[in-house]
Amino acid sequence: MRNQIQLLLKNEIKDVLGEKVQQDAADFFQIDTGKVKTSKIYNVLFDLSQPELERFANLGLKDEMIHHVYINELFHDPFFQTFLLVAKLPGVTDDEGISAQKTLNDILELQLDVKTQHIYSNDLFLFEKALSHKNLQTLAENLLGNKLIHHFEFGEFTGIIDYLPEVKISSKEMVSFIDLNVSDKELLELSKRMLLSLNLEEMKAIQSYFLRSDVIQKRHKMELPTKPTDCELEVLAQTWSEHCKHKEFAATIHYEDRETGETETINSLFQTYIRKSTEIIKKRLEKAGNDWLLKIFSDNAGVVKIDDNSVFVWKVETHNSPSAIDPYGGAITGILGNNRDPLGTGIGGGKLLFNTDVLCFAPPNFKKKLLPGQLHPRRIFNGVRHGIEDGGNKSGIPTVNGSIIFDERYSGKPLVYCGTGGVMPIQFNGKNSWEKKIENGNLIVMAGGRVGKDGIHGATFSSAEIDEHSPQSAVQIGSPITQKLLADFLQEAAEKGLIKCSTDNGAGGLSSSIGELAEISGGAIVHLEKVPLKYPHLKPWEIFVSESQERMTLVVKKANLIALQKLAKRREVEISSIGEFTDNGFLDVQFAGKRCAYLDMEFLHDGVPKKIMKAVWEKPQFKEPSFSKKLDYNEILFKLMGSLNICSRESVIRQYDHEVKGKTIIKPLMGEKAKTPQDAAVMRINFQNYIGIAISNGICPKFGDLDPYQMSAGAFDEAIRQIIAVGGKLPDPNSNRFWSVNDNFCVPDSAYDPVSNPDGKLKLAKLVQMNQALFDMATFFNIPMTSGKDSMKNDFKAGNVKISVPPTILYSMTAKIDDVRRTITSDFKAANDLIYQIGKTYDELGASEFYNLFGELGANVPKVRKENAKVIYQKMMLANEQNLIESCHDISDGGMAVAVCESAIGTNFGVELELSELQNLSLNAILFSESHSRFIVSIDQKNKKIFEQIFADDCTLIGKINSSKNLQIHFQKKKVIDMEMRELEQVWSNGLS
Amino acid sequence: MKKVRSLIITGFGINCEEEMASAYQLAGADAEIHHLNDIFGGRINIQDYFILNFPGGFAFGDDLGSGKVLSNKMKFKKMSNGNSFFAEIRKFLRDGKFILGICNGFQFLVKMGLLPNISGKWQQEVTLTRNDSGKFEDRWIHCKVNSQNRTPFLDGIDVLPLPVRHGEGKFIVKNEKIKNEILKKKLNCLSYCDAKGNIVAEYPLNPNGAELNCAGLTDKTGQIFGLMPHPEAFLSLYNHPDWARLKRVFPQISEKGAGLKIFNNIVEHIMRNN
Repeated sequence: MRNQIQLLLKNEIKDVLGEKVQQDAADFFQIDTGKVKTSKIYNVLFDLSQPELERFANLGLKDEMIHHVYINELFHDPFFQTFLLVAKLPGVTDDEGISAQKTLNDILELQLDVKTQHIYSNDLFLFEKALSHKNLQTLAENLLGNKLIHHFEFGEFTGIIDYLPEVKISSKEMVSFIDLNVSDKELLELSKRMLLSLNLEEMKAIQSYFLRSDVIQKRHKMELPTKPTDCELEVLAQTWSEHCKHKEFAATIHYEDRETGETETINSLFQTYIRKSTEIIKKRLEKAGNDWLLKIFSDNAGVVKIDDNSVFVWKVETHNSPSAIDPYGGAITGILGNNRDPLGTGIGGGKLLFNTDVLCFAPPNFKKKLLPGQLHPRRIFNGVRHGIEDGGNKSGIPTVNGSIIFDERYSGKPLVYCGTGGVMPIQFNGKNSWEKKIENGNLIVMAGGRVGKDGIHGATFSSAEIDEHSPQSAVQIGSPITQKLLADFLQEAAEKGLIKCSTDNGAGGLSSSIGELAEISGGAIVHLEKVPLKYPHLKPWEIFVSESQERMTLVVKKANLIALQKLAKRREVEISSIGEFTDNGFLDVQFAGKRCAYLDMEFLHDGVPKKIMKAVWEKPQFKEPSFSKKLDYNEILFKLMGSLNICSRESVIRQYDHEVKGKTIIKPLMGEKAKTPQDAAVMRINFQNYIGIAISNGICPKFGDLDPYQMSAGAFDEAIRQIIAVGGKLPDPNSNRFWSVNDNFCVPDSAYDPVSNPDGKLKLAKLVQMNQALFDMATFFNIPMTSGKDSMKNDFKAGNVKISVPPTILYSMTAKIDDVRRTITSDFKAANDLIYQIGKTYDELGASEFYNLFGELGANVPKVRKENAKVIYQKMMLANEQNLIESCHDISDGGMAVAVCESAIGTNFGVELELSELQNLSLNAILFSESHSRFIVSIDQKNKKIFEQIFADDCTLIGKINSSKNLQIHFQKKKVIDMEMRELEQVWSNGLS
Repeated sequence: MKKVRSLIITGFGINCEEEMASAYQLAGADAEIHHLNDIFGGRINIQDYFILNFPGGFAFGDDLGSGKVLSNKMKFKKMSNGNSFFAEIRKFLRDGKFILGICNGFQFLVKMGLLPNISGKWQQEVTLTRNDSGKFEDRWIHCKVNSQNRTPFLDGIDVLPLPVRHGEGKFIVKNEKIKNEILKKKLNCLSYCDAKGNIVAEYPLNPNGAELNCAGLTDKTGQIFGLMPHPEAFLSLYNHPDWARLKRVFPQISEKGAGLKIFNNIVEHIMRNN
């Protein structure tokens, strides 16, 4: 029996959502909808009496100030000529339905099953105008829903909605066996058919494993045939996936540099550059008696020591492909998934302190025709932004830092970097919080959400298996509320000493989390029938590899299980004991006593054949453009300030809660009008002292077109200089102040193929150079990587067209701040303060925003001169120690002129600059060159002498803050810029709207 | 007397409990954070405390409207001892004790009918719903204290800068009669205003389109106080977006945040009267 309850806003209540739909339909699709009325429908499948139903509708769902409620009849008014229903497809997360179930239990004092879905919520839109079928479909698929997750109905409204997204699966819970004694061709076909994504060499490695006599013998004892099970192949494919094994970063690369004529064999980019640089730094730290680098490249996130009481855990991940097909769902699962990394590090249960999100999109005003499956960049932008909003805000984690980069080459795949930092006490119950220890006999406990078909084989789920009641599995919607309850529970369980350690269930699900944990003890046995499901009839292998979200795997001592179960019950978090860890060297997976997988742990984790790849570097040829002397600098600056890569991100930032927890000291926007953009975020870690953490990000893919090495080095420098700008202190092996980087590579497919990827060798050579720069910068500055990520296939293909992202590296950086009260913001503070440029400008306009205005790339890439940079940063530290710096802003996109404007924006001041001191360069370069390692600093006049003594040649006095409200720039006795700050502020503020 | 005991409720997506507890600790109270289910289960008795606090957050993800699901639970679900939590709250109030709800907590209070409770029947008379902007927004605003409202929470405060961080903060009153009563009884204790304290309706000074420019409300006893802005997010000067300039202009400025005063007020009031 189904009951239907509809909630409708009263006429006198402003329908904010309806008005927005009307506006967006007109703005983006030129569709005149007329008035739009929105409403919610709840389809209730529980068996309720009429009075119960009414009580539930009126007390549980309705807000009597604003709603009318309709029970088993839908609002129908001929004024609204057409309708659109947006319902979820079967199996799509429906939190509102689940919350309605919970409130139903509370109100009627029932004990109904609220863990599986019995109330389905959907959205009904009524339109005044008689919209065409085509227009309704456009609104459905491009504005109000996504056909991968939603079911639509539209047209003329009859007053009846029948649709119910119930999941019904007819298959059996069985295990099948697969014959691998077949030809190479058939092996490859098998890999393709089963969506294993394994190449021939990998398939052959698996084939020969199952032919090993010791393996056959062991399997015989376990009553398994020589043929592998479907579950075994799935587990191997998942464990050996690029995502989990980073096969390209582990590959042997034959690198040929045609510029120098040198060749080299690189035995794993990861080992050679990333791990090695950190190992070198670790040795230096140890030699100096430092002990803050606690955990690197193992576990879910790296760990560094803050002080004797607490450690800092953090990780930055990417969620690019899911965000390309479902921007909201992709971003929110990215955030929540990344939250589980620091949450599941060591024992687990750390308190999450902040999120940082860096995004790369195509311009929102993208005009090209969309390819099949390609979403419009504006839609990706809006969806991802919304996902970050809900992922952070609803979890109570402030989003304190980020960056948005626009480049048309991200129109196929956007890049969505999600980072999260957390703090753990240094010990839980006398045990080091960051260590993971597991012993034979410890229990495997799954906690959090239930398991469905979510994420199984990602977007490539075979269409042959789909009918109207098949759960969709391609995309997932995160449930922040489920995760919040889980996170709170985990913190409490860790504090009470009830868990030994924990890990995240993300990509690869239980297979991945248990597989990895089992490496510590040396084996595991899993009983899949004990895993709670969202709906019945999943096959065992599906249960094991499902990527259903909001789950953690906990390791629990048998003696603690009952206490943990009691706590879980009180916190309304579902936990299930599903197996135990062993030390026999095998991963043993069973379903109701029947064995589904029995795999040698050593083969599972180390059996994957090493890849061999080829990289060839040829220096591309570029030329500097020439410009007429008569440029209108007022106009140029005006355009730059309003350009996509420079303009204000306020409209985005305001929708992220960036100060929940009350610990955000430098927020993204500060100053008198809270509009001035800041360089790095600064957070304090508690309310008892003023110790803090600065968080920055370095990313400048545009320079990679000219020189991938300098691009990577420049990004690294940008991240450091942002932390220096807010008053951070450089790493010093003689101090116990941590610095930590997450390196995050997102590159196009770099595996050479004469047909599908003819420039693969050059792409791989760029990746090599990016890594070389990482090594050089990290070891020079003594800043270790503590964790990282690579995403290797950021290409979008439709037919013969391929859109590849430019090679992109993000360095997310954090550093301990001794006293947050002594940090520095970028806004100008007082009239008559002096303005200095710190560091030298070079003729480095290549790939600058200035050239970009003219459609030019140029040739002179900004180069990092790290020895000079270090001297400058040390001088900045010295000046800060003496409290000399009133404001500081790092110079990046748009160069010095833009940096000065940004420091003045949101203040009530004007600025007058005289640039003749810098006359060995062209005015274009002085104003707009993007040379690295520079700052705009303002100081109180009274400190001029001592300030200049510290900086000597590394500072240039360029002007003064005044109360004029204008920006005036003089060069060689001419006034080259004369503008009102108000107009610059306005164009800068409106660049994204 | 001994330290004032202040109970801060958490669970189900509430997420500002820690800064709220810190606010009370800084104000000299004993602050304890407890999960709502531990109150329902009888482990914690609210009558042992002087102040009951409902912090901000996203209880149940704002599903069914902000604060709705949790206020239903608090109003209708029976505790393990058979009493309703709501009955416990009424006893708590009869003893002259205090309730504070911030943001999501304010939404619980109005949806449970604890605020403004003009009729005395504990029925919902106002609501907080979707901002006119259609957006969640985090921005600093100013609020003007209604000097004729007598709640001890706001003693000695005139204009208060605070952050708002919500998507559903638009205050709507059921009808003109209730609106008039709110005004007559001076229950609208906080109004959105400009930096000088002039009450204004203009966005974003009034960030959500609230009727009466109402940012906060008390009941007629002044014991229950709810507000959309976050005083617990302004415990330190360094929470303010302009702290760095303020320190330059006013070198002697206090390192305490203006939001702390609300917590100091209530703790001192209880100390004085008990």
